[in-house]
Amino acid sequence: MPSRIAVRDLAGQPDSTRVCVAGRVVALETDGFILQDDTGCAQVLGAPQPPLGAFVQLVAKTDGGALVDVESETTFTHGSERFTRSDSDWGWLSGARIQNLRTRHKLKRVVERYFDAAGFLEVETPAIVPCPGLDVHLDAIEVLGMRGPRWLHTSPEYQMKRLLTTGVPGIFQLGKAFRRGERGKLHEPEFSMLEWYRSFADAEAVMRDTEQLVAQVAQELTGSLLLPGLHGQVDVTPPWDRLTVAEAFARYADVALADVLSDEETYFQTLADQIEPQLGRGRAVFLTEYPAPMASLAKLKESNPQVAERFEGYLDGVELCNGFSELTDPHEQRERLERDQELRERLGRSVYPLDERFLAALEEGIPPSGGNALGFDRLLMLAIGAKHIEDVVALPAMRV
Amino acid sequence: MYDTSDIKKNLKIKLDGVPFTVVEFQFVKPGKGNAFTRTKLRNMFTGAVIERTFRSSEKLEPADLEERQMQFLYKEGDGYVFMDTVSYDQLSLSAEQLGDNKWYLIDSTNVDVLFYNEKPIGVTPPTFVVLKVASTEPGFKGDTSGGAMKSATMETGLEVSVPLFINEGESLKIDTRTGEYSERVNLKR
Repeated sequence: MPSRIAVRDLAGQPDSTRVCVAGRVVALETDGFILQDDTGCAQVLGAPQPPLGAFVQLVAKTDGGALVDVESETTFTHGSERFTRSDSDWGWLSGARIQNLRTRHKLKRVVERYFDAAGFLEVETPAIVPCPGLDVHLDAIEVLGMRGPRWLHTSPEYQMKRLLTTGVPGIFQLGKAFRRGERGKLHEPEFSMLEWYRSFADAEAVMRDTEQLVAQVAQELTGSLLLPGLHGQVDVTPPWDRLTVAEAFARYADVALADVLSDEETYFQTLADQIEPQLGRGRAVFLTEYPAPMASLAKLKESNPQVAERFEGYLDGVELCNGFSELTDPHEQRERLERDQELRERLGRSVYPLDERFLAALEEGIPPSGGNALGFDRLLMLAIGAKHIEDVVALPAMRV
Repeated sequence: MYDTSDIKKNLKIKLDGVPFTVVEFQFVKPGKGNAFTRTKLRNMFTGAVIERTFRSSEKLEPADLEERQMQFLYKEGDGYVFMDTVSYDQLSLSAEQLGDNKWYLIDSTNVDVLFYNEKPIGVTPPTFVVLKVASTEPGFKGDTSGGAMKSATMETGLEVSVPLFINEGESLKIDTRTGEYSERVNLKR
Protein backbone atom coordinates (compact mmCIF):
# COMPACT_ATOMS: atom_id res chain seq x y z
CA MET A 1 0.00 0.00 0.00
CA PRO A 2 1.38 3.48 -0.82
CA SER A 3 2.04 5.68 2.25
CA ARG A 4 -0.57 8.23 3.26
CA ILE A 5 -0.42 11.71 1.74
CA ALA A 6 -2.23 14.92 2.64
CA VAL A 7 -5.23 15.99 0.54
CA ARG A 8 -3.49 19.34 0.01
CA ASP A 9 -0.71 17.54 -1.89
CA LEU A 10 -3.03 15.65 -4.27
CA ALA A 11 -3.08 18.45 -6.82
CA GLY A 12 0.70 18.27 -7.15
CA GLN A 13 0.64 14.60 -8.15
CA PRO A 14 0.69 13.53 -11.81
CA ASP A 15 -2.58 11.96 -12.95
CA SER A 16 -3.00 8.23 -12.28
CA THR A 17 -0.58 8.22 -9.31
CA ARG A 18 -1.59 5.53 -6.81
CA VAL A 19 -2.07 7.20 -3.43
CA CYS A 20 -3.42 6.49 0.03
CA VAL A 21 -5.61 9.19 1.62
CA ALA A 22 -7.55 9.25 4.89
CA GLY A 23 -10.18 11.70 6.07
CA ARG A 24 -13.81 12.38 6.86
CA VAL A 25 -16.74 12.12 4.48
CA VAL A 26 -18.17 15.63 4.61
CA ALA A 27 -20.69 15.49 1.77
CA LEU A 28 -22.35 12.83 -0.36
CA GLU A 29 -22.57 13.30 -4.10
CA THR A 30 -24.64 11.31 -6.61
CA ASP A 31 -21.48 9.75 -8.04
CA GLY A 32 -19.21 9.62 -5.00
CA PHE A 33 -18.41 11.80 -2.01
CA ILE A 34 -16.24 14.64 -0.68
CA LEU A 35 -13.39 13.67 1.62
CA GLN A 36 -11.75 16.15 3.95
CA ASP A 37 -8.62 15.83 6.05
CA ASP A 38 -6.90 18.52 8.09
CA THR A 39 -5.40 20.08 4.96
CA GLY A 40 -8.32 20.30 2.53
CA CYS A 41 -11.11 18.60 0.58
CA ALA A 42 -11.07 16.28 -2.42
CA GLN A 43 -13.75 14.75 -4.54
CA VAL A 44 -13.84 10.94 -4.67
CA LEU A 45 -15.56 9.72 -7.82
CA GLY A 46 -17.20 6.40 -8.60
CA ALA A 47 -16.75 4.95 -5.12
CA PRO A 48 -19.20 3.17 -2.82
CA GLN A 49 -20.77 5.72 -0.46
CA PRO A 50 -19.78 5.46 3.21
CA PRO A 51 -22.07 7.04 5.81
CA LEU A 52 -21.87 10.83 6.01
CA GLY A 53 -19.43 11.83 8.74
CA ALA A 54 -17.47 8.55 8.79
CA PHE A 55 -13.70 8.39 8.51
CA VAL A 56 -12.43 6.46 5.49
CA GLN A 57 -8.99 5.39 4.37
CA LEU A 58 -8.70 4.60 0.69
CA VAL A 59 -6.23 3.75 -2.04
CA ALA A 60 -7.07 5.31 -5.37
CA LYS A 61 -5.59 7.06 -8.38
CA THR A 62 -5.26 10.82 -8.78
CA ASP A 63 -7.08 12.70 -11.51
CA GLY A 64 -6.62 16.46 -11.55
CA GLY A 65 -6.59 16.62 -7.75
CA ALA A 66 -9.63 14.34 -7.41
CA LEU A 67 -9.54 10.63 -6.63
CA VAL A 68 -10.78 7.94 -9.04
CA ASP A 69 -10.49 4.16 -9.52
CA VAL A 70 -10.81 3.39 -5.83
CA GLU A 71 -9.20 0.01 -5.24
CA SER A 72 -9.74 -0.30 -1.51
CA GLU A 73 -11.88 1.65 0.92
CA THR A 74 -11.97 1.07 4.68
CA THR A 75 -14.71 2.82 6.61
CA PHE A 76 -14.40 3.70 10.28
CA THR A 77 -17.86 4.61 11.49
CA HIS A 78 -18.42 6.73 14.54
CA GLY A 79 -20.96 5.93 17.21
CA SER A 80 -23.43 8.77 16.94
CA GLU A 81 -25.05 11.46 14.87
CA ARG A 82 -22.70 14.15 16.20
CA PHE A 83 -21.41 14.96 12.77
CA THR A 84 -24.60 16.71 11.77
CA ARG A 85 -24.56 18.95 14.81
CA SER A 86 -23.47 22.42 13.86
CA ASP A 87 -21.41 22.74 17.06
CA SER A 88 -19.22 19.67 16.45
CA ASP A 89 -15.50 20.04 17.11
CA TRP A 90 -14.96 18.96 13.54
CA GLY A 91 -17.17 21.74 12.22
CA TRP A 92 -15.45 24.26 14.47
CA LEU A 93 -11.86 23.37 13.69
CA SER A 94 -11.91 22.30 10.07
CA GLY A 95 -10.90 24.70 7.36
CA ALA A 96 -9.31 28.01 8.24
CA ARG A 97 -8.92 27.38 11.98
CA ILE A 98 -6.74 24.28 11.63
CA GLN A 99 -4.65 26.28 9.18
CA ASN A 100 -4.30 29.01 11.81
CA LEU A 101 -3.00 26.47 14.29
CA ARG A 102 -0.25 25.53 11.84
CA THR A 103 0.73 29.19 11.54
CA ARG A 104 0.65 29.42 15.34
CA HIS A 105 3.14 26.55 15.55
CA LYS A 106 5.37 28.38 13.08
CA LEU A 107 5.10 31.67 14.97
CA LYS A 108 6.25 29.97 18.16
CA ARG A 109 9.39 28.79 16.38
CA VAL A 110 10.10 32.33 15.11
CA VAL A 111 9.80 33.71 18.65
CA GLU A 112 12.11 31.02 20.05
CA ARG A 113 14.68 31.65 17.33
CA TYR A 114 14.64 35.39 17.98
CA PHE A 115 15.33 35.05 21.71
CA ASP A 116 17.83 32.24 21.15
CA ALA A 117 19.85 34.46 18.87
CA ALA A 118 19.62 37.31 21.38
CA GLY A 119 21.10 35.06 24.09
CA PHE A 120 17.98 34.85 26.28
CA LEU A 121 17.21 32.01 28.65
CA GLU A 122 13.76 30.46 28.30
CA VAL A 123 12.06 29.98 31.68
CA GLU A 124 8.81 28.50 32.97
CA THR A 125 7.52 30.02 36.20
CA PRO A 126 4.57 28.68 38.25
CA ALA A 127 1.04 29.37 37.10
CA ILE A 128 -0.43 28.90 40.59
CA VAL A 129 0.70 31.72 42.87
CA PRO A 130 -0.12 33.13 46.33
CA CYS A 131 -0.18 36.76 45.07
CA PRO A 132 -1.65 37.17 41.60
CA GLY A 133 -0.84 40.82 40.98
CA LEU A 134 -2.58 43.96 42.13
CA ASP A 135 -3.37 45.67 38.83
CA VAL A 136 -6.50 47.57 39.77
CA HIS A 137 -8.56 46.38 36.80
CA LEU A 138 -7.51 42.73 36.61
CA ASP A 139 -9.27 39.93 38.43
CA ALA A 140 -7.57 36.60 39.11
CA ILE A 141 -9.06 33.11 39.02
CA GLU A 142 -8.95 31.44 42.41
CA VAL A 143 -7.52 27.94 42.76
CA LEU A 144 -9.08 25.78 45.44
CA GLY A 145 -7.67 22.74 47.23
CA MET A 146 -4.26 24.19 47.97
CA ARG A 147 -2.70 24.65 51.41
CA GLY A 148 -3.34 28.38 51.49
CA PRO A 149 -5.18 30.86 49.24
CA ARG A 150 -3.91 30.55 45.67
CA TRP A 151 -4.72 32.03 42.27
CA LEU A 152 -3.69 31.56 38.66
CA HIS A 153 -1.37 34.42 37.82
CA THR A 154 -2.64 37.29 35.66
CA SER A 155 0.94 37.76 34.42
CA PRO A 156 4.21 36.03 35.40
CA GLU A 157 5.99 39.30 36.21
CA TYR A 158 6.68 38.89 39.94
CA GLN A 159 8.23 35.44 39.47
CA MET A 160 10.22 36.44 36.40
CA LYS A 161 11.65 39.54 38.07
CA ARG A 162 12.83 37.39 40.99
CA LEU A 163 14.97 35.50 38.48
CA LEU A 164 16.69 38.76 37.54
CA THR A 165 18.45 38.72 40.94
CA THR A 166 20.87 36.22 39.33
CA GLY A 167 22.18 38.84 36.90
CA VAL A 168 21.09 36.75 33.89
CA PRO A 169 21.26 38.96 30.75
CA GLY A 170 17.80 38.08 29.49
CA ILE A 171 14.88 35.73 30.16
CA PHE A 172 11.73 35.01 28.20
CA GLN A 173 8.61 32.95 28.71
CA LEU A 174 5.79 32.02 26.37
CA GLY A 175 2.97 30.76 28.53
CA LYS A 176 -0.61 31.15 29.61
CA ALA A 177 -1.92 34.06 31.64
CA PHE A 178 -5.36 34.01 33.25
CA ARG A 179 -7.84 36.85 33.76
CA ARG A 180 -11.32 36.39 35.13
CA GLY A 181 -14.23 37.80 33.17
CA GLU A 182 -12.34 38.89 30.05
CA ARG A 183 -13.95 37.67 26.87
CA GLY A 184 -14.27 39.39 23.52
CA LYS A 185 -12.73 39.68 20.08
CA LEU A 186 -9.33 40.38 21.62
CA HIS A 187 -9.78 38.72 25.01
CA GLU A 188 -9.90 35.18 26.32
CA PRO A 189 -9.88 34.38 30.07
CA GLU A 190 -6.93 32.08 29.35
CA PHE A 191 -4.52 33.46 26.77
CA SER A 192 -0.89 33.18 25.70
CA MET A 193 1.55 35.81 26.78
CA LEU A 194 5.09 36.31 25.64
CA GLU A 195 6.98 38.06 28.42
CA TRP A 196 10.64 38.96 28.45
CA TYR A 197 13.14 40.91 30.53
CA ARG A 198 16.48 42.33 29.51
CA SER A 199 18.84 43.29 32.33
CA PHE A 200 21.22 46.28 32.31
CA ALA A 201 18.69 47.77 29.90
CA ASP A 202 15.58 49.94 29.85
CA ALA A 203 12.24 50.39 28.06
CA GLU A 204 14.01 51.69 24.93
CA ALA A 205 15.93 48.41 24.62
CA VAL A 206 12.82 46.25 24.86
CA MET A 207 11.01 48.51 22.40
CA ARG A 208 13.83 47.70 19.98
CA ASP A 209 13.39 43.99 20.78
CA THR A 210 9.70 44.31 20.00
CA GLU A 211 10.34 46.02 16.65
CA GLN A 212 12.96 43.49 15.63
CA LEU A 213 10.88 40.50 16.73
CA VAL A 214 7.71 41.66 14.96
CA ALA A 215 9.70 42.53 11.82
CA GLN A 216 11.18 39.03 11.85
CA VAL A 217 7.69 37.53 12.29
CA ALA A 218 6.40 39.53 9.33
CA GLN A 219 9.38 38.56 7.20
CA GLU A 220 9.01 34.85 7.93
CA LEU A 221 5.21 34.61 7.74
CA THR A 222 4.46 37.04 4.91
CA GLY A 223 7.82 37.49 3.19
CA SER A 224 7.56 41.27 3.66
CA LEU A 225 7.47 43.89 6.42
CA LEU A 226 3.70 44.20 6.13
CA LEU A 227 1.24 42.36 8.36
CA PRO A 228 -2.37 41.96 7.16
CA GLY A 229 -3.80 43.45 10.41
CA LEU A 230 -7.41 43.16 11.56
CA HIS A 231 -8.81 45.94 9.38
CA GLY A 232 -5.93 46.90 7.10
CA GLN A 233 -2.23 46.29 6.45
CA VAL A 234 0.35 47.47 8.97
CA ASP A 235 3.93 48.37 8.13
CA VAL A 236 6.18 47.07 10.90
CA THR A 237 9.52 48.30 9.56
CA PRO A 238 11.73 49.37 12.51
CA PRO A 239 11.94 51.88 14.05
CA TRP A 240 8.24 52.31 14.88
CA ASP A 241 6.75 55.75 15.46
CA ARG A 242 6.69 57.05 19.04
CA LEU A 243 3.77 59.04 20.38
CA THR A 244 3.48 60.22 23.99
CA VAL A 245 0.14 59.77 25.79
CA ALA A 246 -0.20 63.58 25.96
CA GLU A 247 0.41 63.87 22.21
CA ALA A 248 -2.14 61.14 21.53
CA PHE A 249 -4.79 63.01 23.56
CA ALA A 250 -3.96 66.24 21.75
CA ARG A 251 -4.14 64.56 18.35
CA TYR A 252 -7.18 62.29 18.69
CA ALA A 253 -9.28 63.17 21.75
CA ASP A 254 -11.81 65.93 22.38
CA VAL A 255 -10.49 66.41 25.93
CA ALA A 256 -7.01 67.33 27.16
CA LEU A 257 -5.02 64.78 29.13
CA ALA A 258 -4.63 67.19 32.07
CA ASP A 259 -8.44 67.50 32.40
CA VAL A 260 -9.11 63.77 32.72
CA LEU A 261 -6.15 62.67 34.83
CA SER A 262 -8.14 62.92 38.04
CA ASP A 263 -11.08 60.99 36.55
CA GLU A 264 -9.79 57.53 35.77
CA GLU A 265 -12.93 56.25 34.08
CA THR A 266 -13.10 59.15 31.65
CA TYR A 267 -9.38 58.77 30.95
CA PHE A 268 -9.82 55.11 30.03
CA GLN A 269 -13.03 55.65 28.10
CA THR A 270 -11.39 58.39 26.03
CA LEU A 271 -8.47 56.07 25.42
CA ALA A 272 -10.79 53.21 24.41
CA ASP A 273 -13.22 55.20 22.27
CA GLN A 274 -11.19 57.98 20.67
CA ILE A 275 -7.50 57.11 20.82
CA GLU A 276 -6.83 53.37 20.66
CA PRO A 277 -8.82 52.76 17.45
CA GLN A 278 -6.55 55.32 15.68
CA LEU A 279 -3.22 53.96 16.90
CA GLY A 280 -0.97 51.98 14.60
CA ARG A 281 -3.19 52.36 11.54
CA GLY A 282 -1.00 51.57 8.57
CA ARG A 283 2.17 51.80 10.68
CA ALA A 284 3.06 50.31 14.04
CA VAL A 285 3.42 52.83 16.86
CA PHE A 286 4.56 52.93 20.48
CA LEU A 287 2.52 54.97 22.92
CA THR A 288 5.04 56.30 25.48
CA GLU A 289 5.40 58.50 28.57
CA TYR A 290 2.40 57.32 30.58
CA PRO A 291 1.20 59.74 33.24
CA ALA A 292 2.69 58.87 36.64
CA PRO A 293 -0.66 57.68 38.11
CA MET A 294 -0.75 55.06 35.31
CA ALA A 295 2.87 54.00 35.88
CA SER A 296 1.92 50.48 37.01
CA LEU A 297 5.29 48.79 37.69
CA ALA A 298 7.32 51.24 35.59
CA LYS A 299 10.07 53.57 36.78
CA LEU A 300 9.30 57.27 36.68
CA LYS A 301 11.35 59.26 34.22
CA GLU A 302 14.27 60.91 36.04
CA SER A 303 14.20 64.07 33.93
CA ASN A 304 10.40 64.35 34.31
CA PRO A 305 8.78 62.41 37.19
CA GLN A 306 5.30 63.40 35.93
CA VAL A 307 5.58 60.54 33.47
CA ALA A 308 6.63 56.90 33.64
CA GLU A 309 8.94 54.94 31.37
CA ARG A 310 6.06 52.77 30.27
CA PHE A 311 5.06 52.00 26.68
CA GLU A 312 2.46 50.09 24.74
CA GLY A 313 2.81 48.89 21.16
CA TYR A 314 -0.19 49.32 18.84
CA LEU A 315 -0.78 47.76 15.45
CA ASP A 316 -3.96 48.50 13.53
CA GLY A 317 -5.78 49.78 16.62
CA VAL A 318 -4.86 46.67 18.61
CA GLU A 319 -2.82 46.88 21.81
CA LEU A 320 -0.09 44.30 21.28
CA CYS A 321 2.20 44.76 24.27
CA ASN A 322 2.91 46.68 27.44
CA GLY A 323 6.42 47.27 28.73
CA PHE A 324 8.44 49.21 31.26
CA SER A 325 11.75 50.37 32.48
CA GLU A 326 11.23 48.22 35.55
CA LEU A 327 10.76 49.84 38.90
CA THR A 328 13.56 48.38 41.05
CA ASP A 329 13.19 50.54 44.17
CA PRO A 330 11.67 48.25 46.87
CA HIS A 331 10.23 51.12 48.93
CA GLU A 332 8.45 52.83 46.09
CA GLN A 333 7.26 49.44 44.85
CA ARG A 334 5.75 48.61 48.26
CA GLU A 335 4.01 51.99 48.43
CA ARG A 336 2.49 51.54 44.98
CA LEU A 337 1.26 48.04 45.74
CA GLU A 338 -0.28 49.19 49.01
CA ARG A 339 -2.00 52.02 47.14
CA ASP A 340 -3.36 49.48 44.63
CA GLN A 341 -4.66 47.36 47.52
CA GLU A 342 -6.50 50.38 48.95
CA LEU A 343 -7.94 51.25 45.56
CA ARG A 344 -9.15 47.68 45.01
CA GLU A 345 -10.74 47.73 48.45
CA ARG A 346 -12.52 50.99 47.63
CA LEU A 347 -13.78 49.63 44.30
CA GLY A 348 -15.11 46.50 45.98
CA ARG A 349 -12.71 44.20 44.14
CA SER A 350 -10.87 41.25 45.72
CA VAL A 351 -7.78 42.44 47.56
CA TYR A 352 -4.83 40.11 47.01
CA PRO A 353 -1.89 39.92 49.43
CA LEU A 354 1.44 41.65 48.80
CA ASP A 355 4.06 39.36 47.28
CA GLU A 356 6.68 39.64 50.02
CA ARG A 357 9.07 37.35 48.14
CA PHE A 358 8.95 39.66 45.14
CA LEU A 359 9.57 42.68 47.38
CA ALA A 360 12.43 40.82 49.08
CA ALA A 361 14.00 40.20 45.66
CA LEU A 362 13.96 43.95 45.04
CA GLU A 363 15.63 44.42 48.46
CA GLU A 364 18.32 41.92 47.41
CA GLY A 365 18.64 44.02 44.31
CA ILE A 366 17.97 43.48 40.62
CA PRO A 367 19.84 45.22 37.82
CA PRO A 368 18.18 48.06 35.92
CA SER A 369 15.95 46.14 33.51
CA GLY A 370 13.45 46.54 30.72
CA GLY A 371 10.51 44.17 30.42
CA ASN A 372 7.64 43.62 28.04
CA ALA A 373 4.48 41.50 27.94
CA LEU A 374 3.13 40.79 24.48
CA GLY A 375 -0.17 39.13 23.52
CA PHE A 376 0.93 36.15 21.48
CA ASP A 377 -2.60 35.38 20.23
CA ARG A 378 -2.99 38.99 19.09
CA LEU A 379 0.33 38.89 17.26
CA LEU A 380 -0.93 35.83 15.41
CA MET A 381 -4.25 37.54 14.63
CA LEU A 382 -2.42 40.55 13.17
CA ALA A 383 -0.06 38.28 11.23
CA ILE A 384 -2.83 36.35 9.48
CA GLY A 385 -5.71 38.83 9.51
CA ALA A 386 -7.91 36.85 11.94
CA LYS A 387 -10.72 38.99 13.37
CA HIS A 388 -11.46 37.03 16.53
CA ILE A 389 -9.10 35.53 19.12
CA GLU A 390 -11.28 32.40 19.12
CA ASP A 391 -10.07 31.72 15.57
CA VAL A 392 -6.40 31.46 16.57
CA VAL A 393 -6.53 29.26 19.69
CA ALA A 394 -7.09 25.50 19.62
CA LEU A 395 -10.23 25.53 21.76
CA PRO A 396 -11.49 28.84 23.16
CA ALA A 397 -13.06 29.10 26.62
CA MET A 398 -16.58 28.93 25.22
CA ARG A 399 -15.85 25.49 23.74
CA VAL A 400 -14.05 23.98 26.73
CA MET B 1 -32.10 44.75 34.54
CA TYR B 2 -29.24 43.47 32.42
CA ASP B 3 -25.51 43.67 33.22
CA THR B 4 -23.02 44.49 30.50
CA SER B 5 -22.01 40.82 30.56
CA ASP B 6 -25.55 39.96 29.33
CA ILE B 7 -25.04 41.96 26.14
CA LYS B 8 -25.27 39.82 23.04
CA LYS B 9 -26.41 40.20 19.45
CA ASN B 10 -30.17 40.86 19.14
CA LEU B 11 -30.60 41.71 22.83
CA LYS B 12 -33.44 44.24 23.14
CA ILE B 13 -32.90 47.11 25.53
CA LYS B 14 -34.58 50.43 26.29
CA LEU B 15 -32.69 53.74 26.32
CA ASP B 16 -34.65 56.91 27.21
CA GLY B 17 -37.91 55.09 26.46
CA VAL B 18 -36.82 53.95 22.98
CA PRO B 19 -36.29 50.25 22.22
CA PHE B 20 -32.95 49.31 20.68
CA THR B 21 -31.59 46.02 19.46
CA VAL B 22 -27.90 45.10 19.74
CA VAL B 23 -26.40 44.79 16.26
CA GLU B 24 -22.78 44.39 17.30
CA PHE B 25 -20.83 44.46 20.53
CA GLN B 26 -17.23 44.35 21.57
CA PHE B 27 -15.51 43.91 24.92
CA VAL B 28 -12.79 46.58 25.19
CA LYS B 29 -10.21 47.12 27.86
CA PRO B 30 -7.57 49.76 27.21
CA GLY B 31 -4.15 48.88 28.63
CA LYS B 32 -4.49 48.19 32.36
CA GLY B 33 -7.76 50.11 32.44
CA ASN B 34 -11.47 49.56 33.12
CA ALA B 35 -13.52 47.24 30.95
CA PHE B 36 -16.13 48.66 28.58
CA THR B 37 -18.62 47.15 26.18
CA ARG B 38 -18.77 49.06 22.92
CA THR B 39 -22.01 48.48 21.04
CA LYS B 40 -23.82 49.32 17.86
CA LEU B 41 -27.53 49.63 18.58
CA ARG B 42 -30.38 49.86 16.11
CA ASN B 43 -33.24 52.15 17.02
CA MET B 44 -36.22 49.88 16.53
CA PHE B 45 -38.52 52.77 15.58
CA THR B 46 -36.37 54.43 12.95
CA GLY B 47 -33.82 51.75 12.02
CA ALA B 48 -31.02 54.25 12.68
CA VAL B 49 -27.85 52.69 14.10
CA ILE B 50 -26.03 54.45 16.93
CA GLU B 51 -22.81 53.69 18.77
CA ARG B 52 -22.80 53.50 22.52
CA THR B 53 -20.15 52.44 25.03
CA PHE B 54 -21.23 51.02 28.37
CA ARG B 55 -19.06 50.94 31.48
CA SER B 56 -18.90 47.57 33.17
CA SER B 57 -20.78 48.91 36.21
CA GLU B 58 -23.75 50.11 34.13
CA LYS B 59 -27.15 48.42 34.15
CA LEU B 60 -29.35 48.18 31.07
CA GLU B 61 -33.12 48.23 31.01
CA PRO B 62 -34.81 45.42 29.05
CA ALA B 63 -37.28 46.54 26.35
CA ASP B 64 -40.72 44.99 26.85
CA LEU B 65 -41.66 43.64 23.48
CA GLU B 66 -44.57 41.49 22.46
CA GLU B 67 -43.96 38.79 19.84
CA ARG B 68 -46.58 37.42 17.47
CA GLN B 69 -45.95 34.72 14.90
CA MET B 70 -46.72 35.87 11.35
CA GLN B 71 -46.00 34.70 7.85
CA PHE B 72 -43.80 36.62 5.43
CA LEU B 73 -45.81 37.07 2.22
CA TYR B 74 -43.82 39.14 -0.23
CA LYS B 75 -41.66 42.18 -0.80
CA GLU B 76 -43.32 45.25 -2.22
CA GLY B 77 -41.12 48.24 -3.04
CA ASP B 78 -39.16 48.96 0.15
CA GLY B 79 -41.77 47.18 2.27
CA TYR B 80 -41.89 43.62 3.52
CA VAL B 81 -45.45 42.35 3.99
CA PHE B 82 -46.41 39.96 6.78
CA MET B 83 -49.73 38.28 7.56
CA ASP B 84 -51.28 37.03 10.77
CA THR B 85 -52.26 33.45 9.84
CA VAL B 86 -55.25 33.47 12.19
CA SER B 87 -56.82 36.88 11.63
CA TYR B 88 -55.36 37.42 8.11
CA ASP B 89 -54.36 40.94 9.23
CA GLN B 90 -51.47 42.27 7.19
CA LEU B 91 -48.74 44.74 8.01
CA SER B 92 -45.59 46.07 6.37
CA LEU B 93 -42.09 46.65 7.73
CA SER B 94 -39.29 48.60 6.04
CA ALA B 95 -35.83 47.26 5.18
CA GLU B 96 -34.34 49.62 7.82
CA GLN B 97 -36.61 48.18 10.49
CA LEU B 98 -35.66 44.63 9.53
CA GLY B 99 -31.90 45.29 9.43
CA ASP B 100 -29.91 42.11 8.71
CA ASN B 101 -33.02 40.02 9.28
CA LYS B 102 -34.26 40.93 5.81
CA TRP B 103 -31.73 38.43 4.44
CA TYR B 104 -33.56 35.55 6.06
CA LEU B 105 -37.01 36.12 4.60
CA ILE B 106 -38.21 33.85 1.83
CA ASP B 107 -41.87 33.55 0.85
CA SER B 108 -44.01 31.78 3.46
CA THR B 109 -41.35 31.86 6.22
CA ASN B 110 -42.87 32.08 9.67
CA VAL B 111 -41.23 34.70 11.85
CA ASP B 112 -41.94 36.39 15.15
CA VAL B 113 -42.98 39.99 14.56
CA LEU B 114 -42.08 42.27 17.45
CA PHE B 115 -44.56 44.81 18.77
CA TYR B 116 -43.79 47.72 21.05
CA ASN B 117 -46.90 49.43 22.42
CA GLU B 118 -48.96 47.64 19.73
CA LYS B 119 -46.72 48.98 16.97
CA PRO B 120 -44.81 46.48 14.78
CA ILE B 121 -41.12 47.36 14.86
CA GLY B 122 -39.11 44.33 13.75
CA VAL B 123 -38.84 40.58 13.47
CA THR B 124 -36.98 37.70 15.09
CA PRO B 125 -36.14 35.06 12.50
CA PRO B 126 -35.79 31.36 13.39
CA THR B 127 -32.25 30.51 14.61
CA PHE B 128 -31.58 28.59 11.42
CA VAL B 129 -33.02 29.15 7.96
CA VAL B 130 -32.45 27.10 4.82
CA LEU B 131 -31.59 29.22 1.78
CA LYS B 132 -30.69 28.29 -1.79
CA VAL B 133 -27.38 29.35 -3.35
CA ALA B 134 -28.23 31.80 -6.16
CA SER B 135 -24.69 32.22 -7.41
CA THR B 136 -21.17 31.14 -6.58
CA GLU B 137 -18.03 30.24 -8.49
CA PRO B 138 -18.39 26.84 -10.15
CA GLY B 139 -17.65 23.72 -8.11
CA PHE B 140 -14.23 22.28 -7.64
CA LYS B 141 -12.37 19.12 -8.38
CA GLY B 142 -10.11 18.70 -5.42
CA ASP B 143 -7.73 21.61 -5.95
CA THR B 144 -8.34 23.04 -2.51
CA SER B 145 -5.82 24.10 0.03
CA GLY B 146 -6.47 24.12 3.75
CA GLY B 147 -10.24 23.95 3.63
CA ALA B 148 -10.45 27.31 1.92
CA MET B 149 -13.78 29.11 1.62
CA LYS B 150 -15.38 31.04 -1.22
CA SER B 151 -18.15 33.58 -1.37
CA ALA B 152 -21.72 32.68 -2.32
CA THR B 153 -24.80 34.84 -2.86
CA MET B 154 -27.98 33.34 -1.49
CA GLU B 155 -31.45 33.70 -3.03
CA THR B 156 -32.25 36.62 -0.70
CA GLY B 157 -29.05 38.50 -1.59
CA LEU B 158 -27.17 37.48 1.58
CA GLU B 159 -23.43 36.95 1.05
CA VAL B 160 -21.88 34.05 2.95
CA SER B 161 -18.56 32.24 3.01
CA VAL B 162 -19.01 28.58 2.09
CA PRO B 163 -16.72 25.57 1.58
CA LEU B 164 -15.46 25.04 -1.97
CA PHE B 165 -17.62 21.96 -2.58
CA ILE B 166 -20.85 23.99 -2.51
CA ASN B 167 -22.58 24.48 -5.86
CA GLU B 168 -25.29 26.78 -7.19
CA GLY B 169 -28.81 25.59 -6.50
CA GLU B 170 -27.85 23.75 -3.33
CA SER B 171 -29.60 24.45 -0.04
CA LEU B 172 -27.60 25.65 2.95
CA LYS B 173 -28.46 26.01 6.59
CA ILE B 174 -27.60 29.54 7.75
CA ASP B 175 -27.25 30.61 11.36
CA THR B 176 -29.27 33.84 11.61
CA ARG B 177 -27.46 34.89 14.80
CA THR B 178 -24.15 35.21 12.96
CA GLY B 179 -25.14 35.19 9.28
CA GLU B 180 -22.71 32.31 8.78
CA TYR B 181 -22.91 29.06 6.86
CA SER B 182 -23.70 26.18 9.15
CA GLU B 183 -24.03 23.12 6.89
CA ARG B 184 -25.23 21.87 3.55
CA VAL B 185 -28.70 20.41 3.55
CA ASN B 186 -28.55 17.27 1.47
CA LEU B 187 -31.78 17.22 -0.46
CA LYS B 188 -32.41 14.10 -2.53
CA ARG B 189 -31.51 14.72 -6.14
